[in-house]
Amino acid sequence: MNPAYRPYHPKWHRDRMPIFWWLGQAAYVKFIVRELTSLAVGYAALLLLAEVWALDRGAAAHARFLRFLAAPPVVAFHVVVCAALLFHTVTWLNLAPKALVVRLGGKRLPDGAVVAGHYLLWLLASGVIVWWLRGGL
Amino acid sequence: MPETAETIRLEVLRYRPEEDSEPVWQGYDVPLRSDWMVLDGLNYIKDTLDGSLSYRWACRMGVCGSCGMMVNGTPTLTCASYLSALAPGPIRVEPLRGFPIVRDLVIDLHDFLDKLKSVKPWLLRTEEPPLAAGEHLQTPEQLAEYKPYSMCINCMLCYAACPIYALEPGFVGPAAIALAQRYNLDSRDQGAAERLDVLSQHEGIWACTFVGECSAVCPKGVDPAGAIQRYKVGATADWWRSVLMPWGAR
Repeated sequence: MNPAYRPYHPKWHRDRMPIFWWLGQAAYVKFIVRELTSLAVGYAALLLLAEVWALDRGAAAHARFLRFLAAPPVVAFHVVVCAALLFHTVTWLNLAPKALVVRLGGKRLPDGAVVAGHYLLWLLASGVIVWWLRGGL
Repeated sequence: MPETAETIRLEVLRYRPEEDSEPVWQGYDVPLRSDWMVLDGLNYIKDTLDGSLSYRWACRMGVCGSCGMMVNGTPTLTCASYLSALAPGPIRVEPLRGFPIVRDLVIDLHDFLDKLKSVKPWLLRTEEPPLAAGEHLQTPEQLAEYKPYSMCINCMLCYAACPIYALEPGFVGPAAIALAQRYNLDSRDQGAAERLDVLSQHEGIWACTFVGECSAVCPKGVDPAGAIQRYKVGATADWWRSVLMPWGAR
């Protein structure tokens, strides 16, 4: 039988999923928060593009952009964004071994090693950026 | 059967289509014996308190996958869940979420069975070597590749834990995809391309948003969430390969 086809069965009871189905269990809440914090990732990317755009418009425009960033409400908002980014990053990196099977010398690397590798790459990338920002190039 | 003085309350969701328009809760007090599972409590109800209660069970040893129900909101094999671990109760027992209820704790499982069949969970071969060539030998490493996925007992707890399946009933679902991977990763199988059509559609792997609860509730440690994410990585790599190297064999 075609799996998409089911005869209508009036005696069955079908439950509807309530819109706040995810509030009932900690694991579902964590999942929804992980998904929602991806908005913070998008926001951070847009913020970077906005700075590049301000730089392109000249020194005065860039100074205005920096003044906007230094305003207390914006700083407060960005602290929240940063926390969301960290949550997203940590939960995402911890899930990496589910998707990635890495083999070394014919043996599968344990999950912990795959997670550790991701954190090392993250630290390395952050270190390179900090070194570059501090005039390393 | 020796009785104990202590009892525990089971709140069971009842649905009798001939008289109920909606499922209703019904409470029963069952003996709290240290060696009893939730399923033993249900059997006690059926045997001594209310013979009209309907539910599925068979092996009582976590192998047949028939007695899966929501116990206190979590998909559980009732034959593997001690009453004493849930004391003092009450313990809420409901049919598996996401499936139509036929009666009381009995759900309709045709949707799952149809989906399972659609991924062709058996060894597919495009070419058969002659019999004289002997058996298809496998190394322990090749066996280890798919063995965890082969432990699935089709209990559907993963479907009940998956909010995507409840929201998008077309989703092929965790166990069916894990079982497809069980054969895709088997060195004797040549059917990965045949299963691709079902698995790579939106309602296959791409509907999964990686909630991960399917793996958390699996009584056999199958990790369907891992199987789906691995398949996504493989399918994405294949797609890039076909775009960047269209001349190469897939």
